[in-house]
Amino acid sequence: MSIKDCSDVKCRVENLEKVISPDVSWKDITIGGMIANAGNAELFNTGDWRSMKPIWIKDKCKQCLLCYPVCPDTSILIDNEGKRTDFDYKHCKGCGICAKVCPFKAIDFIEEV
Amino acid sequence: MAIRERLSGNEATAFAMKQINPDVVAAFPITPSTEVPQYFSTYVANGEVDTEFVAVESEHSAMSACIGAQAAGARAMTATSANGLALMWELLYIASGSRLPIVMACINRALSGPINIHNDHSDSMGARDSGWIQLYSENCQEAYDNMLMAHRIGEHHDVLLPVMVCQDGFITSHAIENIELLEDEKVKAFVGEYKPQYFLLNKENPISVGPLDHFTHYFEHKRQQAEAMKNAKKVILEVSEEFYRLTGRKYGLFEEYKTDDAEVCIVVLNSTAGTTKFVVDKMRQEGKKVGLIKPRVYRPFPVDEIAEALAKFKAVAVMDKADSFNAAGGPLFTDITSAMFSKEVFGPKVINYIYGLGGRDVRTDDIELIYNKLLNIAISGKVDSVYNYIGVRE
Repeated sequence: MSIKDCSDVKCRVENLEKVISPDVSWKDITIGGMIANAGNAELFNTGDWRSMKPIWIKDKCKQCLLCYPVCPDTSILIDNEGKRTDFDYKHCKGCGICAKVCPFKAIDFIEEV
Repeated sequence: MAIRERLSGNEATAFAMKQINPDVVAAFPITPSTEVPQYFSTYVANGEVDTEFVAVESEHSAMSACIGAQAAGARAMTATSANGLALMWELLYIASGSRLPIVMACINRALSGPINIHNDHSDSMGARDSGWIQLYSENCQEAYDNMLMAHRIGEHHDVLLPVMVCQDGFITSHAIENIELLEDEKVKAFVGEYKPQYFLLNKENPISVGPLDHFTHYFEHKRQQAEAMKNAKKVILEVSEEFYRLTGRKYGLFEEYKTDDAEVCIVVLNSTAGTTKFVVDKMRQEGKKVGLIKPRVYRPFPVDEIAEALAKFKAVAVMDKADSFNAAGGPLFTDITSAMFSKEVFGPKVINYIYGLGGRDVRTDDIELIYNKLLNIAISGKVDSVYNYIGVRE
């Protein structure tokens, strides 16, 4: 019925996955929707909500990264070399700000199908 | 030795709050509950409690402040009536849904409109599905006793739900009665310290409260909340038993008054039960086998126990001091009859009387008339009308 008391991070993360996993039963879920740790928004797939979709055109992209700070969902993924890669479509809600801000028209914005 | 006093229901409630010494009281004055925070603010001003008193600008804010305080890890209380309770409406659900065991004194009053400041149960009945535990009190003593038990019930690990202690506005809230109070130390020991397992201000184990839940998890949370309400029944009985050992005053889910050999029975809440006891005593002297059932716990509804208790009667009248406007019967009536149906108790004929709306006096004559009606039904086995009004000018 309740979340465990966890002093170490590992325990917290294990417990956290249990309490907010998609298949958790009412017997295991935290009371009142209480959230036991930070950073769990990642587990919440908001990409489902999208009706418009940004498309990254790799050849046109100059890696200026202007799109990165404007994304409200941290859906522009940056690799280890500091270069942007494709979108995180699990969390991109399709607001289109990145496409608007891109000076090189390297982001297309199309209807989600 | 218990302290013998004479207090009004509001004073008794405020006195219980003083002895509980909660961390936060947030309230906005509304008749007839105004005196509760008024007396309590005097205790705060005099340094008799170390409570943070939050003078808010509305009942909506009062409940919001209580929710914030309780989520932070504090014990929070409030008092309200009628439209004040109605203004708390959305927050009542947030308090129960967030599983915050806030305690509220609900001094029952009719909901406007037309504007009316007197007693009926339309306010608390409107909140009956908000997920709050509801205890009803016949007199000042019961209001005081229920208040002392409320935190223990709501804060129990298997429950964690807010609790509303109801009593009749003006009838008990402003009428001075003899009362037995517990000593401060005994209350302190009985109520105990509030030690929430999870709370916002605990930096050792940080949590978030009130997340977006959607169709993915909301249902699971509501299912869990419903289970907590079921658990509450057992906890209420345990706490009441402990209170009985402390005070000698016995409380159950409902009180059965002279029902052992009774043929007919009235079911009624709060102060009217007192009036009904007077009528029962009188009619018993005339050899009439009449009894009373007074529900104390309305939420959770003691569905099995009350159906079982009613099974032996030939006729039952449920008196509602609120109308459901469902063209079928008052809230207590529909709960009672559905309880009986689900427990396959089909023997008694059950009728409903809406009474006392907006503070209309209910007289002993009215109650005697209902008992006589029931006695006739018991003989004839015939019910001419199920959904009735008493005390209204036809």
